[in-house]
Order: sequence, then structure tokens, then C-alpha cells
Amino acid sequence: MKSITKQKTLEEIGQLLDGLNSVFIAGCGTCATMTHTGGIEEVAAMKLSLQELGKTVTGTTVIPAACDDMTQETIKKYEDAIGSADAMLIMSCAMGVHRVSLYHKKAVIPALDTLFIGLEDNYGEFHEVCAQCGQCVLGETGGICPVTACHKGLVNGPCGGTNDGKCEVDKNRDCAWTLIHNKLAEQKRLDLMYKYQPPKNYQVTPKPKVTKIT
Amino acid sequence: MASKFKQALNSGKFVVTTEVGPAKGTNMDAMLHHIDLLKDVVDAINVTDNQSSVMRFPSVGGCMLVKQKGAEPILQMTCRDRNRMALQADLLYANYMGIENVLCLTGDAIPVGDHKEAKSVFDLDSVQLLKTVRTLESGKDLGGNDLDGVPSYCAGAIVTPEANPIEPQLVKFEKKVNEGAEFFQTQAIYDLDNFKKFMKHARKYDTKILAGIVLLSSAGMARYMTKNIPGIFVPQDLIDEMAGAPKGQALKTGIEIAGRLIGELKKEAICDGVHIMAIGKEEVVPDILAAAGM
Ligand code: SF4
Ligand code: SF4
Repeated sequence: MKSITKQKTLEEIGQLLDGLNSVFIAGCGTCATMTHTGGIEEVAAMKLSLQELGKTVTGTTVIPAACDDMTQETIKKYEDAIGSADAMLIMSCAMGVHRVSLYHKKAVIPALDTLFIGLEDNYGEFHEVCAQCGQCVLGETGGICPVTACHKGLVNGPCGGTNDGKCEVDKNRDCAWTLIHNKLAEQKRLDLMYKYQPPKNYQVTPKPKVTKIT
Repeated sequence: MASKFKQALNSGKFVVTTEVGPAKGTNMDAMLHHIDLLKDVVDAINVTDNQSSVMRFPSVGGCMLVKQKGAEPILQMTCRDRNRMALQADLLYANYMGIENVLCLTGDAIPVGDHKEAKSVFDLDSVQLLKTVRTLESGKDLGGNDLDGVPSYCAGAIVTPEANPIEPQLVKFEKKVNEGAEFFQTQAIYDLDNFKKFMKHARKYDTKILAGIVLLSSAGMARYMTKNIPGIFVPQDLIDEMAGAPKGQALKTGIEIAGRLIGELKKEAICDGVHIMAIGKEEVVPDILAAAGM
């Protein structure tokens, strides 16, 4: 799993840090490192940017996996630097931001926007593979997820917008339903596409979503 | 009793529908004018639903105006802007107000429209919306609850005969028929040989097909559509014919082409009727029909 993130603009980060003059910066050694949004280099660059904005940086670190509960240890280790800061700027996905907030009372500011959960295709290129819909249909769609790969999340076949196998919203993107059709044809399982798919259940786990392994 | 449009579909006559688009705003003068011009020359008038994802006066309101003018409306409903509760509620309201024909559509994508940051809904898709219509007719809603007062509709859908690739489109076509599409209005067709191939397939199913006729207004528009609009293919000879029109006569040539296509479809009984989309030139629909000899 990779949590795909994008750095907020410095302008927005500046606004979020308004009135917070000293900052501790924490990146993440896992997903945000792979997406080049919160690894060692990005944390170092952020330190310089914040200093240019006139902020005092009390310390920096890259947490091994910010979403993991081991994050508590890192927070403890840097207690002095964190304690003397007005806020922590977190350069991980929102799951890391949540973790950090659990372990410290200080204001926690996200430096990244969390976009989706995806896979890396080529170096630095990612695509969403699962929206965690709670009702996986991959078994009937040739392993291609229509909820995420189709712009409209259609489950009964293509819309009228598909053109030359591409999607109406972007000529450079494949139409999921052309891919699904071809994959099922290749697998000689095209009958699956003729099957009526009922409306999806959007309340499999009603928000706020929680589950308990029993 | 079946709707007037359904009666026309079942009468065996060559059915003609067209469409009007509500205003962005409350000035409905142009639409009312178009309805006046069209109501006596067509069997039914579609009212578009936030077409091209552009926010407008609602299709159900437009259908009310068509009704008030004494014409037969076809309510276009997309799944883009309403969840299953809102769609069912609007279907009940439409039926109560005497709007009995409904065209079930997926809807264009939000990013192509004029509210690019809006949430797209797509709680249902077009196939599921058709089934929803049939479910309401059975006296139940999608939650399995009983209805007090049971509606009935004439439900249809769309199909793109020139889609590339065509196979996935035909799968969806069959699913729509299976879930109760009584009629189809097709995306624009210009190449009759291609369309006949599609019809050979479609004739295997118990449903009516109205061929989509989009009026060409210039050679540029014909080229643009072929290049940019999914599922539209204007053959080169028609583009040449448009390009060869004398200055200021392109629209006239477009009317002739549309009339000729309709005339041939009717004469050879290729399909069950036509759906004319004049895109901003609704006032020439009677001329198109005259050119078709109707
Ligand atoms: S259908 Fe798609 S979004 Fe839903 S669980 Fe499967 S992969 Fe995830
Ligand atoms: S063109 Fe294909 S991928 Fe795009 S919205 Fe339509 S069905 Fe989905």
C-alpha cells in the first residue's frame, strides 16, 4: 500500500503556520519518502523554506513509518525540540498526522494533501487502485477496479463518453470499461460483464467507519 | 393508459422526437418559443438535464412547460447530480404531474461542465436507473418499501452505434434492454451502412430504436464533432458536401443532409424513428422534417 500525497503550497503552509513562530518538522520514511513529498531531502528543503519565512525550526526528523504506533517512540525521543516549538509540521500522509496528534498535545499542521491509495507505475507515477468501497467487485471485473479506474465509478459497463478506448474526461486515460471488457474477453469470462450489478451499498461501514476483528 | 409517446411507439408509425434545453436562469422565452414551433410536428420533446454538466433550470420543470403547451415531454434524467432517493422522488413527482416518459442516462462527467469542483454522485448508473423505474412500477421503492400510489412510465435509454470499440457498448445495450428499456434514442449517426450493421444487431431485441440526427451547421462543426465528440463519426463525403455549400448556405445544406438521412431511414424502414438534435437551431426542425418529405 502506498498513500499518495502532494505537498501543499508554501503559501498555504505559511497561512496554516500564521502566528506559530517555531516549528518542529517531521517527515515519513515510508510512503511520503517514495512519493518525494516527505523524505529526508524534502524535510531539509522545508526547513530552509520555513527559515526564509522567518520561522525558527527547533528540530527535524523523518519518522520510519509515521502511521505506525512506533511513532510514539520518535515523538518521545524529540520531546525537547517538540516541546520548545509552537507547532509540529507533519510531512506524511494524513494517517501519520493522526498518529502524531494522538501522541502529543502540540498543534499539528499537515504539510501534505493526501490524494489516494495507489501503486507506483513508473518512477514517480502513481495511480489509485482502491477506494476501500467495502464491497470488492474485482472478482467480476478482471481485476480492474471500476470504482476507481472509471471516472464515474460505473459498475454496469461503459458510459457513452468513451472514445477510442479512452475516457471522456481525459483523452490520455484509458476507459476502465474498455480495459475490463478486453480483460474479461481474454479470460473468456465475458459473461460476467452481462451480469446486472445492483446499486452499491454505500453504508457497508457507516461513517465514522470502525470495525473490530472478531 | 399508455403515454401518448408510448402509443406512438407501438403504433408502428415512424416516430419523431426532438429536444429542447432549459435556460440557465429563469428566462424560458426561447424554450417556450421552441416548444410552440415543435409541438405539432413531433411525437414527443425531450427536455435535457443539466446537459454537458452545465447547471440549468431543471428538466422536470422544463417538462412541465412542455405539458402546459399541450405537448408530450420525455424527461431526461441523469445519475450525476442526484442519489437514489432524489431520483426516485423526482420520478414520483413527474408521474403525478403527468410526465410519463423518462430517458435514463448516466450523465456527462462533472469536469466537462461549468461547476468543476462539484461532487459527482453516480449513486446509480443508467442500467440501475432503468431498473429503478421498473421497481417503482411494481409498487416498491429501492428500499423494498411499499408505495402508496403506483406510477407507470415509458422508459428509454441511449446507445452509441458508432462507439469505438463497439463491443462494450453492445453489452451495456443488452443490459439496458434486459432492465426494461422500451426505446433507445441513439447518439448521432451519419453513416447509414454503419448504422444498418448496428440495427441488424439491435433488431434481435424487443425494443424501439430512434436514430439520433444531429443537424450539421458548418463543415467546421462536422470536423470538430468527428474529432472531439465521443461516438460521433461524420463521413468525409458529408464534410465535403458541407464545405462545398455556397457562402451563407451551410445551414441549408445541413438541413438537406439531415432531411435526406431521415428520408432514407424512413423509406427503408431501417429503424423505428428519429430523434432530432438541432443544438441551438431548434427553429429549423420543421424544415428538416419538410426536407425529409414528412
Ligand atoms: S471494488 Fe475497487 S474500491 Fe472496492 S474494494 Fe475492490 S478495489 Fe477497492
Ligand atoms: S469513459 Fe469509461 S472510464 Fe470514463 S467515465 Fe465513461 S465508462 Fe468510466
